[in-house]
Amino acid sequence: MAEDIIRFRDDEPHEEPAVSLDAFLDQSNATAVRVEAGEDARRLIPFLDRLALIEVDFPRFRDGRGYSSARILREAGYKGELRASGDVLVDQMLFMRRCGFDSFAPDAPIDPDVLDAALNRYPYVYQTAADAAVPVWKLRHG
Amino acid sequence: MYRYDHYDQAIVDARVDEFRDQTARRLAGQMTEDQFKPLRLKNGLYLQLHAYMLRIAIPYGTLNSRQLRMLGHIARTYDRGYGHFTTRQNIQYHWIKLQDAPDILAELATVEMHAIQTSGESIRNISADQYAGAAADEICDPRPWAELIRQATTFHPEFSYLPRKFKIALIASPTDRAALRWHDLALRIVRNEAGEEGFEVFAGGGMGRTPFIAYPIRAFCPADQIFSYIQAVLRVWNSHARRDNIHKQRMKILVHDLGHEEFTRQVEEAFAHILTLGTDFPRAEYERIAAYFAPPPFETGLPDEIDRADPDFALWVDRQTAPHKAPGYAIVNISLKRVGGIGGDITAEQMEAVADLAERYSFDDIRVTHGQNLVLPHVRKQDLYAVWQALDAAGLADVNLDLVTDIIACPGLDYCSLANARSIPIAQKIAQRFADIDRQLELGELKIKISGCINACGHHHAGHIGILGVDRKGTENYQLLLGGSGAEDTSLGKITGPGFDEDGIVDAVEKTTDVYLRERQDGERFLDTYRRIGVEPFKEAIYG
Ligand code: SF4
Repeated sequence: MAEDIIRFRDDEPHEEPAVSLDAFLDQSNATAVRVEAGEDARRLIPFLDRLALIEVDFPRFRDGRGYSSARILREAGYKGELRASGDVLVDQMLFMRRCGFDSFAPDAPIDPDVLDAALNRYPYVYQTAADAAVPVWKLRHG
Repeated sequence: MYRYDHYDQAIVDARVDEFRDQTARRLAGQMTEDQFKPLRLKNGLYLQLHAYMLRIAIPYGTLNSRQLRMLGHIARTYDRGYGHFTTRQNIQYHWIKLQDAPDILAELATVEMHAIQTSGESIRNISADQYAGAAADEICDPRPWAELIRQATTFHPEFSYLPRKFKIALIASPTDRAALRWHDLALRIVRNEAGEEGFEVFAGGGMGRTPFIAYPIRAFCPADQIFSYIQAVLRVWNSHARRDNIHKQRMKILVHDLGHEEFTRQVEEAFAHILTLGTDFPRAEYERIAAYFAPPPFETGLPDEIDRADPDFALWVDRQTAPHKAPGYAIVNISLKRVGGIGGDITAEQMEAVADLAERYSFDDIRVTHGQNLVLPHVRKQDLYAVWQALDAAGLADVNLDLVTDIIACPGLDYCSLANARSIPIAQKIAQRFADIDRQLELGELKIKISGCINACGHHHAGHIGILGVDRKGTENYQLLLGGSGAEDTSLGKITGPGFDEDGIVDAVEKTTDVYLRERQDGERFLDTYRRIGVEPFKEAIYG
């Protein structure tokens, strides 16, 4: 499995399997957790410093709840690996990157050249997000 | 008006490149239609009954002559010589080939236009008052805020795969010309007691099969915090909306299910958090944008008198022009509702004629209206006669603004794959029945709106008289609704009773107007009389 994961991090992949959100909140010594679409990511906020991997599932690529989950976790200061899994397609990965995902476990393989083009196509962005991109309003006003 | 700088241009150019690549991958079979569909929709491409439809964004309904000429060029080159203005101030073309779409987007980008987020489950192009910058009753020009919100909501990474579409409207006048509270998010610029500008916010409006008028959720949001507030609304909806039933995913359903107090509470909680993130655009950026919307150099000392010797011209002036805030100027409304034509349709030649007039007489400024007409916002009164003559020569001098023949009708069964019934031919029959201008003027303001199915693209819920096409055992049937409004007195129309066939609905409309003429009191519009006397007298006349 691990070789199918696309990562944008320098650290070693986390090996421990992710437990469900409910299981994590029950026993709470796991270091990897999986958030399903529709689960409230805010419930993890008290535990972020002990987590190394949070996996957010996309059951269908059109289901965009995971984008908000990612933003909520990054805004709360989560620095560990944030992985999008499931129906993850190349044409949505730029937005996922901008929302703070730095690892991807797609159901179907992604063409690396198409991904590279997609991630580098836009020279500018309009808004601040969870990535380092500087919004154009800041570029305009220095 | 706003002009792109090299940042805006680079973003739109990248979008063209992206869509060219996506279309090529789709045509090469590297993507399924299911995967491609949301991508093409975010570029305005719908698959209709006969061909693709391409919807192009006209941000807050503002165009210059160069852009309008480009729209004419696209009509001629890629379509059948005409285009169709929509109720959200955009334009759409109904006979587009998929493989041409990237080239069309590339041509649009040369005049600072695009089709970004005009369809699909995205934050749609924002609509605004078509009289912005000209209206005698506005407290400020809403377009700088509309442009700021356009940028802030373009390719928003968190909110590009929303539960459904999300429509924003913005006005700055007490008069509502934008069907404000029929939007998911409705913003009205107001001043607080300290004289500061901010936004009154309404949320959860929408038509479709479950119509709701947007609830007031905040009396005053400081102007500089509006992007945080919009993101808070979107985050609550995106996180909590159902995803299992396409008919229950619009924000209005969540607002209704939670109750607007609980929805508001959650928005306020998210707002307090998002405010701390520093995502709001700074004042300097607002000011940069606002400079583009500085008032044009209006002449002073112009005469206010209009030579009314020509009675046809006088008739047109009385109906088609509106008061302007600058002395000596008028707002000109151009009807796209010729009796027997298709409402909102305009030929390439007519687009060019309007572009010429705008350049010569209206500071190069054209507006598209929610009612699917056009506006020249800044015309000297002394030029009105020349403008009228030129419009007449182009077949654009009809007199019917807000009258019974100024009908909004959705594309219906003539184009739309979801339709139950035709809309356009019904609009044409009604218009023909009431074609006589004296009769129209006698009836006064009367807004008829027609949808070919329950999705309500023709806004039948908001018509003074609404018509809804349904399928009744395989034949087209039309229900009559009365009492809706899309103006500042927003209201939801009510179905009168059993439906009618095609000729029956035209008769029913006529009987409805007869009741009005019989019952009205001094100065009452149709809607006022209806509200005073209720539906019963109308039912008696229609079904009795
Ligand atoms: S109201 Fe129905 S028939 Fe009319 S355009 Fe919308 S979906 Fe099509």
